[in-house]
Amino acid sequence: MANGRAMAIEIDVEKRRGDRLVAARFAAGPGLTALFGPSGAGKTSILNMVAGLLRPDRGHIRIGDRTLFGEGVDLPPEARRIGYVFQDGRLFPHRRVRANLIYGHALADPADRWMSLDEATAFLGIGPLLDRWPRSLSGGEAQRVAIGRALLAAPEILLMDEPLSSLDAARRGDIMTVIERIRDELKLPILYVSHDRAEVDRLATAVVPIGE
Amino acid sequence: MLSPQEWSIVALSLKVGAAAVLATLPLAFALAWALARYRFPGRVLLDGLVHLPLVLPPVVTGWLLLLAFGPLGPIGRWLESWFGVSVMFRWTGAALAAAIMALPLMVRAIRLSIEGIDRRLEGAARTLGAGRWHAFRTVSLPLALPGVLAALVLGFARSIGEFGATITFVSNIPGETRTLPLAIYSALQVPGAEAMATRLALLSVALSLAALILSEALVRRTHGERARHGD
Repeated sequence: MANGRAMAIEIDVEKRRGDRLVAARFAAGPGLTALFGPSGAGKTSILNMVAGLLRPDRGHIRIGDRTLFGEGVDLPPEARRIGYVFQDGRLFPHRRVRANLIYGHALADPADRWMSLDEATAFLGIGPLLDRWPRSLSGGEAQRVAIGRALLAAPEILLMDEPLSSLDAARRGDIMTVIERIRDELKLPILYVSHDRAEVDRLATAVVPIGE
Repeated sequence: MLSPQEWSIVALSLKVGAAAVLATLPLAFALAWALARYRFPGRVLLDGLVHLPLVLPPVVTGWLLLLAFGPLGPIGRWLESWFGVSVMFRWTGAALAAAIMALPLMVRAIRLSIEGIDRRLEGAARTLGAGRWHAFRTVSLPLALPGVLAALVLGFARSIGEFGATITFVSNIPGETRTLPLAIYSALQVPGAEAMATRLALLSVALSLAALILSEALVRRTHGERARHGD
């Protein structure tokens, strides 16, 4: 049901943050591309630049034939068609789970949507959570809802920033299975930030070392 | 219990208070937003000006309003020649004085709640396809709502208690500018009107207390709505 197109992602960015330089240059194909490196190496900054939340000093970002940044283009985050799953879920505390899930879905162009609310809740097994408030969810439940919310916004690629870091071992396994299914069944390209070797070994199609 | 005259004083006070806070709310929100979110030249000065009525003797605020809005004042003259209106000795003038006095309290309450918003939630909204304005309306504004409600109630309570600036600016005219505190003051000047002063004073206490309790309840409800479903 997702976009099976082989979507090439091309990233070449540079950003000075204080006295540190965050720089990355790589191309990512289909599957899950892991940005792997120690904490504080600027991996999250790279995702934020791809999402449009942080402006690179120079460089370019392209997805397929769309330029998100560079050559005079700087698309705002809402025009980039990028799904972002944050480390801490970052669900809207004033909306129930259903309203969180629908938030981006309602804003997406109907022609771009490739998953319905029913499909997303079935895919993630979150049907029973729909009427709950975010603060009543466990870490694993919240992360599933956050993933669903990102998928429903009809993204062309998915960014994941250490989505397992706040979970216990059992939940990690569950969510890793979900991520594998997004990669293999939905065939959605994923940029995945991690500093955990085991995670990367299990999930990554390709690995980009950052900060070495 | 209350005479028709006393009822009309209460009604006037409520009208002045409601007009003052409702007209001030957009300005208070804009000021709170600017002070909470932006660094700009003159920010400290603006912050000081907003808070000035809180520490200035009210009679000075009233006199400054008189200078600005009086028949010879720059704003008063302009209102008169362009719209043919004047706030002098009118209930609208009383509302204006009350609004100026309520502004600092309202800005403070709203600013606190804006500063409490996790800005990363706005970033999340943007990645989900929300433009700046939509993210503001659907994320920032609802999350600031407890502060807005508290500001309305506190501002209202402050407005119906306003005395010094009002009497200096628009005098003490029955039916136009004689709100509760001014009426109590007048009653105390007249021998034999102590009973009326007492009734109006008790009413003031009741209204103020009700406003405070209401603001607490509103804030608790908007927070608690989510908390109660918690863990």
